Amino acid sequence: MNLRPAIRLASVAFGLATLLSAALPAGAADSADPAADAKAFQNYFTTKFPKLKLADFVNGPYSLNEDMHRQWVEKEEFPPYEFSLEMGKEMFAKPFKNGKGYADCFDNGGIGVRQNYPYFDEKEGKVITLELALNRCREANGEAPLSYMKDEMAALTAYMAFTSRGKPFDIKIPNDPRALAAFENGKQYFYTRRGQLNFSCASCHVQNPGQRMRAEILAPALGILNAMPIYRSEWGGMGTISRRFTSCNSQTRGVPLEPQSDEYRDLEYYLSYVSNGLPISGPGARP
Amino acid sequence: MASTIRVRATATGDTTEVQALIQHPMDSGFVKDAKGNLIPPHFIQQLAFECDGKTVFLADWGTAVSKDPYIKFSFKGGNKGDDLKISWVDNKGASDTTTAKIQ
Amino acid sequence: MKMIPRRMPIFALAVALVLLGATSTSLLAAASEADFNAAYAEAEAANKQAGALRDQWTTTAAALANAKKAAEAGNFDAAVAEAKEAEALAKASVFQATQEKDAWKAEVIR
Repeated sequence: MNLRPAIRLASVAFGLATLLSAALPAGAADSADPAADAKAFQNYFTTKFPKLKLADFVNGPYSLNEDMHRQWVEKEEFPPYEFSLEMGKEMFAKPFKNGKGYADCFDNGGIGVRQNYPYFDEKEGKVITLELALNRCREANGEAPLSYMKDEMAALTAYMAFTSRGKPFDIKIPNDPRALAAFENGKQYFYTRRGQLNFSCASCHVQNPGQRMRAEILAPALGILNAMPIYRSEWGGMGTISRRFTSCNSQTRGVPLEPQSDEYRDLEYYLSYVSNGLPISGPGARP
Repeated sequence: MASTIRVRATATGDTTEVQALIQHPMDSGFVKDAKGNLIPPHFIQQLAFECDGKTVFLADWGTAVSKDPYIKFSFKGGNKGDDLKISWVDNKGASDTTTAKIQ
Repeated sequence: MKMIPRRMPIFALAVALVLLGATSTSLLAAASEADFNAAYAEAEAANKQAGALRDQWTTTAAALANAKKAAEAGNFDAAVAEAKEAEALAKASVFQATQEKDAWKAEVIR
């Protein structure tokens, strides 16, 4: 009769023990060193492409292929993102119905701040990306949030990136175990193979940058977010970081997560941090 | 709304090089939308560049030209400060015109 | 030449298995709606598990949709086959996600 509670207690204890033992290695991973990770990451790419300067990586495949580079120089005279950029500028300046504007939501009126996003919000305990901050700004002022994928969101981020061109990525990891956990989570997402094709982000953008995937030249992961948002000829339009993440996932035949889900926010945090020091070059144009 | 035409024209010696970017969907009429309905054709039919009232470039376009088309050409003549007038008309009768100075 | 006799039994076994497989499905013959519902529920459960691991495959979703479509058309044989396919894919994605819980570390740049 007293056996049952005893068994239950034992199983709870056992469960706790397994939980603890599972938590321990994770705890050990907390000793991870983001600064060393970033150094190793940048070192890997500069060793792989010894001819390139660190700042060249922000132009993705255009820095890896001479022919494409020539095309790009020509294209940049009349970049295809110009219309979006102009739209973003107009949107940014236009006040909300309540009279406030995007400028009221950001440091320095939102000008030249792209390089500080994403940041870790210690109050919320989560990563805040620029796209998320823009939609939160809208919602706080009684406006409907925008789609994360393209059009208006891409236009706004294009304008904000444009005003920050040349400023080096300056992502900080505060002294908060949750921030470190977010960084490690993002790292895990980046290196985890998923989808039926069994690709991780790293399979293409770390192990094979500069190689062709069909007609495309794979971009290096280093500096890949510096150029966001991008006009992709393949998309026939602009796309945000959210669009890049979700479409990469579905190309590996994986069901993409919700835009701005915790995993994607952590991934952006990780990927931006390891590109610290590289200048913002967005908005970009890619084939 | 801002103009749908971006243009840059530079005179060097006796030729003028013109680059232009036009914002237009250029729907071919063969593409379906997310619901599976055909998107009706919508494309620029004629594009004209005029310098000092004289047509220097005239293009009859069709559905095979890409979205947001870019065009580059050069012509003999044209001096710095001359007006270059660019206009397009599409199959729905919409049009746009802009004038730029040759640099 | 010497290899052939050795291979023969395996080959025969394979043929036998294939035949067995063929007869067993033909014996079961037309699947019913209940068969489909059971197969579909299992596939969905496996896919849900993959969802919890944040690693669903688009091909699983496609197979599930095909199964449903076939069932609606009353073609339960095809529906059951698609549902089984979906279940196999979902299980593979679960395996992948479980495997990757540690395997990802091997790819990290150090």
